[in-house]
Amino acid sequence: MKRTGAQIIWECLVRQGVTDVFGYPGGAILPAYDAMLDYPIRHVLVRHEQGATHMADGYARASGRVGVAIATSGPGATNMVTGIATAMMDSSPIVCITGQVGSKLVGSDAFQESDVTGVTLPITKHNYLVTRADDVAPAFREAFEIAASGRPGPVHIDITKDAQQSSCEFDWDAAAPKKPEFRPDWSASPEDYRRALELINGAERPILLAGHGIMISNAMDIIRAFAEKANIPVSPTLLGIGSFPASHPLNLGMMGMHGEAWVNQAIQEADLLLAFGMRFDDRVTGTLKTYALAAKKIHIDIDAAEINKNVRVDVGIVGDLRDTLEHLMPGVKQGDRSKWIAHVNELKGDVAVRDIQNLPDDGHLYAAHVINDLWRATKGDAIIVTDVGQHQMWEAQYYHHDKPRSLITSGGLGTMGFALPAAVGAKLACPDKEVWVVVGDGGFQMTMCELATIVQEQIDINVAIINNGYLGMVRQWQEFFYERRYAATPLINPDFQKLAEAFGLPAQTVTRRADVVPAVEAARNNRKTVVIDFKVEQEDTVYPMVPAGAALDAMIRRPSPSPIVETGADVL
Amino acid sequence: MITTFAVYVEDKPGVLTRVSSLFRRRAFNIESLTVGHTDKPGVSRMTIVVDTDELGARRIEAHTYKLVNVLRVENITAGPGVFRDLAMIKVAASAESRTHIMQLVDVFRARVVDVAPDSLIIEITGTEDKIDGLLEVLRPYGVLEMARTGRVAMARGARSTTAQVEAASGPADEDHNVFHSV
Ligand SMILES: Cc1cc2nc3c(=O)[nH]c(=O)nc-3n(C[C@H](O)[C@H](O)[C@H](O)COP(=O)(O)OP(=O)(O)OC[C@H]3O[C@@H](n4cnc5c(N)ncnc54)[C@H](O)[C@@H]3O)c2cc1C
Ligand SMILES: Cc1ncc(C[n+]2csc(CCOP(=O)(O)OP(=O)(O)O)c2C)c(N)n1
Ligand SMILES: [Mg+2]
Repeated sequence: MKRTGAQIIWECLVRQGVTDVFGYPGGAILPAYDAMLDYPIRHVLVRHEQGATHMADGYARASGRVGVAIATSGPGATNMVTGIATAMMDSSPIVCITGQVGSKLVGSDAFQESDVTGVTLPITKHNYLVTRADDVAPAFREAFEIAASGRPGPVHIDITKDAQQSSCEFDWDAAAPKKPEFRPDWSASPEDYRRALELINGAERPILLAGHGIMISNAMDIIRAFAEKANIPVSPTLLGIGSFPASHPLNLGMMGMHGEAWVNQAIQEADLLLAFGMRFDDRVTGTLKTYALAAKKIHIDIDAAEINKNVRVDVGIVGDLRDTLEHLMPGVKQGDRSKWIAHVNELKGDVAVRDIQNLPDDGHLYAAHVINDLWRATKGDAIIVTDVGQHQMWEAQYYHHDKPRSLITSGGLGTMGFALPAAVGAKLACPDKEVWVVVGDGGFQMTMCELATIVQEQIDINVAIINNGYLGMVRQWQEFFYERRYAATPLINPDFQKLAEAFGLPAQTVTRRADVVPAVEAARNNRKTVVIDFKVEQEDTVYPMVPAGAALDAMIRRPSPSPIVETGADVL
Repeated sequence: MITTFAVYVEDKPGVLTRVSSLFRRRAFNIESLTVGHTDKPGVSRMTIVVDTDELGARRIEAHTYKLVNVLRVENITAGPGVFRDLAMIKVAASAESRTHIMQLVDVFRARVVDVAPDSLIIEITGTEDKIDGLLEVLRPYGVLEMARTGRVAMARGARSTTAQVEAASGPADEDHNVFHSV
């Protein structure tokens, strides 16, 4: 059948199973927008194209399905760059569509022309400049395949206006992705498996480092079976949170820069690290010179380029985690590691006593309180989408995630402004889930314009602003490493409650701990998005902390306690 | 360690940029990169020389295979291979020095491809060492200009990689995941 390039875009999206797209129109993409009205796809009109990319990203992370964002040429496309880079770093499958000036004008500095495929080349898995209607369908089919397969990531399709306007024969089947190209077989050999099993079964002090790849591979059940069978304690990365239940007795808590001190200590003492679907980010390892020197390392990753990138490993297995573990499982022997586990528990020491949850109420509101109360009130069952900063780390420490894909956060790029739009995407992907944004007062102001999108699209999420009057995480570095010289970190903020109300949203300000749970409950019972401004302690610190570039066990720990334990508090 | 890759790619616009951008982004230093057609239509061949170690070389291979337009990557450093560079060297030549220079050209099995009243253009193919050697002995006469292609390389023996490389075309096998690696 004859279709215009613009129609083919939507024909393809519908056939790919896309139901929602996030976008913002403009001249070069107008033909596509015009055609859109004839297709059964919901379009969410954002307020900034960065928001569209984060929404697509949040949609993808919450569901595992490819998220789609769309924008015009030039400034529309360049506004997408941050969102694309964010998705690239965290292996999130999105397809970004942009309009481009007419193919005859490409290269002439035409109005709103910009070489966006040049710009996105190093931050996408692949990109396309489509200049003919005939090339639209093959590009789209291949783009979805690339975005979702292997190590997922963003794909960008730039389509000239004339390619949208001209017509051609549309043949979905003929546009199927090309036949397999040669790729070397890097999958594990029987010898690799044998060595891996020998190390696993022989280890006395093993730790399983649970990464984001577990969720991408949908391997949660087999990881759990593996850990339970071999009795191996598990520590997630920030992006691995949710891949192994937080409430499981073998879950030690997060590793790394703001991970628990005992976890990092245990990693340094371990004799075997099982790195499953994680990439040894520098926030995870601290300085490599002293990282886990006593441990043998087994690394399983679908991306061959990750093996031996940061950490030299003894066995590197390239492949999908689930497939690989299915191979390994039968050879894994039941293990008794009670001595090791008891030792790790000893490493916890008095840390629970020093934990802010267990200190007496001094009348101040702490971010950790807000997040722990949010966890309680939502019964740990919400999808939490965080921004970047101190609140992000407290979320990781004090909201205990038992379910996969229930924490959505920008880890690799650390993109402030991510949370609010990503949460919109998560909600559209999972309409039946409760979705909360946990965001700093700084990051909220980067993308808060999307509150208008929320109103227009009648989206029901809730927003917890952790308002400390500072770019808190940067202030913390200044406190520790720059003699408390607070250069450009104090914030003079708008009244967030009034601001939300101006958007037409219910809002509340909370300053006392006793009011946290009632405010959260009120928001949960409201069918609109509710914005809560939690005014928390201003100069609070995220403990523990490995200073950048220091050894993993050279942590700045929680300060010594006033040794009173509030009775009845949960010790977790 | 100087490492040489032969990289077969689809002959499409922008593919050279994708490959070179990858090396730049991953902070691998390209010593030389040449590209040209192969005997197969639609397939280009690059010879890329980088200074890296063994693990680095393996990561380069893995990264390069992640580029969609890449058909085949071969590390041809270790096996027996033929490595060639071509240079054109313009050297000042007076009536007196001309014969001396011609003798040097003979010794190096190079060729004179242009003669002007006070200069010569010499063409030489060979390993980088050989070209460097000629350059060294010509310097005293005054090297005016030089252009070098950078290394092209080929593994010895009957095996043909181009024969195995298909310019990707045609529909996919239903049950075969095209991008099964990454
Ligand atoms: C302020 C701040 C502080 C931070 N502090 C910490 C911290 O204390 N601790 C911490 O852990 N992180 C921290 N991070 C996050 C950190 O920067 C990284 O984003 C994070 O550690 C990456 O986790 P990952 O390796 O599990 O996930 P990713 O970076 O997403 O890597 C996933 C890996 O899994 C592989 N993979 C994908 N699919 C599969 C599959 N099917 N099978 C097998 N493998 C697969 C991928 O190839 C990749 O190598 C912090 C970030 C910020 C912004
Ligand atoms: C777009 C962007 N710009 C700058 C930074 C650097 N940065 C990291 S955390 C942070 C402070 C965040 O402040 P806020 O949003 O108030 O959160 P808090 O740390 O106070 O919880 C900054 C500026 C970043 N991560 N992203
Ligand atoms: Mg703040």
